[in-house]
Amino acid sequence: MRETSGAPMIDIVDLRKSYGDFEALRGLNFSVPRGQIVGFLGPNGAGKSTTMRILTGYLPYTAGSVKVSGIEIADDANAARKMIGYLPENNPQYEDMMVAEYLSFIADVRQVEKNKKQDQVARAVERCGLQEVFHKDIGQLSKGYRQRVGLAQAILHEPQLLILDEPTSGLDPNQIIEIRNLIKELGRETTIVMSTHILQEAQHTCERILIINNGLLVADDTPEQLAMGDFGFIYLEIAPRENAPVDKQAMKRKLQGVNGVVGIDEQAVDVEGNVAFMIRYEKVDPRRDLFNTVVDSQLVLLELKRQRASLEETFRRLTARVEE
Amino acid sequence: MNTTYCIARRDFQAYFNSPVAYVVLGVFLLVLGYLFFSTLFLAGFASMRGFFSVAPILFVVFGPAITMRLISEERKTGTIEQLLTLPISNFEVVLGKFLAALGIVVVGLLFTLPYVVSVSLLTPADTPFDYGPVIGGYIGLVLLASAFLALGLFASSLTKNQIVAFIIGLALCFFFYFVDKFAVLMPAQIGAVLEYISVDYHFGNIARGVVDTRDLVYYISLIAIFLVLTERSLRRDKR
Repeated sequence: MRETSGAPMIDIVDLRKSYGDFEALRGLNFSVPRGQIVGFLGPNGAGKSTTMRILTGYLPYTAGSVKVSGIEIADDANAARKMIGYLPENNPQYEDMMVAEYLSFIADVRQVEKNKKQDQVARAVERCGLQEVFHKDIGQLSKGYRQRVGLAQAILHEPQLLILDEPTSGLDPNQIIEIRNLIKELGRETTIVMSTHILQEAQHTCERILIINNGLLVADDTPEQLAMGDFGFIYLEIAPRENAPVDKQAMKRKLQGVNGVVGIDEQAVDVEGNVAFMIRYEKVDPRRDLFNTVVDSQLVLLELKRQRASLEETFRRLTARVEE
Repeated sequence: MNTTYCIARRDFQAYFNSPVAYVVLGVFLLVLGYLFFSTLFLAGFASMRGFFSVAPILFVVFGPAITMRLISEERKTGTIEQLLTLPISNFEVVLGKFLAALGIVVVGLLFTLPYVVSVSLLTPADTPFDYGPVIGGYIGLVLLASAFLALGLFASSLTKNQIVAFIIGLALCFFFYFVDKFAVLMPAQIGAVLEYISVDYHFGNIARGVVDTRDLVYYISLIAIFLVLTERSLRRDKR
């Protein structure tokens, strides 16, 4: 049932948002094609929630363009909202309503046709596993069930775009896995943009990860690519040839000159006379040159092992605050 | 189904999911009933006049009490974000909430109809009961209460705190009720202006049984102005 119109699901161009003097978004650009599950990462205050609130038309934006399926939000927020299902941060709920009442209310406000309403509510309830609590007050439900109610109201009208702001925050590990699987399943039919703090979650659930920091996009790639990173560490252990001891300082200087190396730390070794270094590299893989340097120095290369940066390290590097 | 009606129905039902409706309606009817029956039994006087002179003052307090939670509570719990990102306009939300509150007022007034019946039964057969002022009085009360609800709803949209919303609403209603009480002390022109902006002055006109367009225009403008202000307040930029 996915619409085949050419416009991408989301198209954001040079989006800016200021709160008074504070610039929350400073020229954000990205586009999401239909059918993708996109993870939105960034430290607190980076602008994730602001972006999502702008997408749903809750917050006005200062400058730039935000289009959902070709519709500019500032021009016709309600036309865009009809296509969007939204789970706000912290999943606020009407505590005193029953799940049944609440979903019926949402269906009415969203003007789901009368003859389809019961089916669509039933489908959302079934997909989110709410059958057991259908006639309970939302205020009595566990956090996991509340989250399901939030998801159920978001998917009730079969939206083309689901926007989920931290859908798994505050849940226990079992609930997280349940919600994650549910999101994955929903993603087969719908475009999903979800923000999260948990990197493994983005890694397992999303096809694409956007990292934003200080209101700017700092990375846009698949989780696999981001997990590889363009930097990492190399453990290098050298032994002297015969009895001539290794000149640590001279060796360190030589290694520092290798293309791609950005830092060297000495490491402890268990065999006296050996030398070990932890070498940090960026952008260029220096292993070949490191090998040659050691051999040219008439030394024995005992070990050379690369450790790629994890998604965590990539994230930390991209979002590191500049110390003042 | 009309979306404004959906909002109104949800908020109306929400009143009965919490003690608010029962407490407000209960106390309202208790106070009115006491005042009504004290004139009936103590003064031995079967008339609705006392009822219609006291009810407006009660609405100064009960209007803001009914509306105080409507928006402030949604701001506090965050459900406002959910509500305002549904494909409906802010004005539909405001109007729906206003109608829900008006529903409570109408329910309260319906429970006072037995008073009318008892007064009409107690009126001696040779002096026919005059329904004009009573009908006028009820129309006036609905309009006056609507004005206070619009003021109270605006107050509720200003804050996350129900109590603060109540106090602000009370102050607004108090002002629009008592503003003409000092009119006699003022020069004639200022006095006329004060009378014109007073909710009670226009209520007095209608309660006499004369429904004048000038009074209707006044009430409808006051209600419209504050509903529009409420909508503006919802649109306010938040952090």
